[in-house]
Amino acid sequence: MTRRFAVTPAVFVILVMIPIYWLVTISLQGRGGLSGKLVLFPAHPTLQNFTFIMSDPDWYLGYVNALVYVTINVIISMLVAVPAAYAFSRYRFAGRRGLFFGLLMLRMMVPAILLVPFVQIFSAVNLIDTHIAVAIAHCFFTVPLAIWILEGFISEVPREVDESAAIDGYGVISFFRYFLLPQIATGIAVAAFFCFMFSWVEFLLSNALTTIYAKPFGGIMTRAGSVMSANIPLLAAAGVLGLIPGVLLAIVVRHHLARGFSLGRVA
Amino acid sequence: MHNFRQARVAWLYLLPSLLVLLVAGVLPIVFVGFYSLHDTFGGNVFVWVGAQWFSEVLRSVEFYQALLRSLGFSLLVLSVQIPLGIAVALRMPGPGMLTTVYIVLLAIPLLTPTIVVGYLWKVMIQPGSGLLYESLSAVGITLDMTSVVWTWAVLLLMDTWHWTGLVVLLCYARLRTIPDPFYQAAAIDGASRWAVFRYIQLPRLKLVLAIAVLLRFMDSFTLYTEPYVITRGGPGVSTTFLSHELVQTGLIQFDLGQAGAMAVIYFLIVLLVSACFYRLIVPAGKSRSNG
Repeated sequence: MTRRFAVTPAVFVILVMIPIYWLVTISLQGRGGLSGKLVLFPAHPTLQNFTFIMSDPDWYLGYVNALVYVTINVIISMLVAVPAAYAFSRYRFAGRRGLFFGLLMLRMMVPAILLVPFVQIFSAVNLIDTHIAVAIAHCFFTVPLAIWILEGFISEVPREVDESAAIDGYGVISFFRYFLLPQIATGIAVAAFFCFMFSWVEFLLSNALTTIYAKPFGGIMTRAGSVMSANIPLLAAAGVLGLIPGVLLAIVVRHHLARGFSLGRVA
Repeated sequence: MHNFRQARVAWLYLLPSLLVLLVAGVLPIVFVGFYSLHDTFGGNVFVWVGAQWFSEVLRSVEFYQALLRSLGFSLLVLSVQIPLGIAVALRMPGPGMLTTVYIVLLAIPLLTPTIVVGYLWKVMIQPGSGLLYESLSAVGITLDMTSVVWTWAVLLLMDTWHWTGLVVLLCYARLRTIPDPFYQAAAIDGASRWAVFRYIQLPRLKLVLAIAVLLRFMDSFTLYTEPYVITRGGPGVSTTFLSHELVQTGLIQFDLGQAGAMAVIYFLIVLLVSACFYRLIVPAGKSRSNG
């Protein structure tokens, strides 16, 4: 932590990036470009795989579907997590500690356990193959995480802010709107990033709860990848596209990522 | 009276999240419990069978083998990723451009969809064109995916690539909060690198390490997508982990009762481990809220 440059992290980061680099090089090769030999620098890079995905609704709708349910999930998670985090931060009530740590345990739940009941529950209410079903299922993991992160950020806002707003006669809604939310904007961005991170990368539930209309790109990749003569460069391009939203978001919140990984706590 | 009113307001704020978690959390768990105690005909008529499924699962050799494989894999994952993560985090440069770049790059594997991770590593080990296969054969090693040891090594390497960044970022975020005077005092005292780690950095890392171990344990213990893509549980059943077994029983064979009983046992193991870590985390949490 004290020296300015060190070898270990540099080597580690490079090792981590090699497979990503390689994935990108494969995605830039034409069909059959991976004809039985290792390619580190594509001789004739082409964007044809990407243009193919972008022009085939079967493919690009997979990304649209994922973006739709991830967005719904982030909105639900934030709407319910901000007040809950506020309660944990400001109020002392019976069961507070137990509930707060119970939330962390929900995050530890095994997606495979929930698979069968989720399929049955959403079939019963006719929500199989809808974005909202996937978004709700993911709430199981994202809501506890968002509450944990936001609680740390809200606890840093001085209580005097609440009190002066109350004295000035602001109601609950306008207090959140004009006082609390602007103060914890960073926290909301970080929490939303972590919700996104979970929901975007998850495969098991999102694939099992969808069939056609809400199928995410992961399901389409499995279908395309399970045939004998799978088009590897095309799959690689699909993978690279799956990386892009996360990388863009990581760059946007880069200065606050470390803070997010400390679960919102600075001290 | 005041406390009572406070509590009521607090629960009002909590209500929306609890409602969502009721639908997305409590309900599915209740369902699983229900399946585990009933037999079904066609999925709509349920007959109470008591503990029959449990005794069946607990007597099944496949279940224990899958459980042992999952536990073994998790232990391997922890023993590699936690020390590696700490080592890298300790050597991260101070805040600045370079660190920001590192953080974003380290987060990339964490943001990679699990299905993409699976396919990427499946291609990495292709004979002839795979980066890992060819790198190994360049130094005279043959990567043999029919061998159990190699298959496990590949899955371990894949998981280490995928998740060590999380351990690094968690530890780094925490290390950053140690004030400089601590290090200056240590330097004046002529403390060794090890002493600085042992008496200044490690105590600060305790809470975050508990969280890192917990997250890494659970995620590796519940690994599904990557082995599903890379090995399909093979060779033989050597990489058929608990999640795989559970999904097979529940969704493919549609054996709800047995899958339910397995899920309940799985859930209890998760709860047991979480409770152990809870004891680790809570004292740390107390000292933190004081200081």
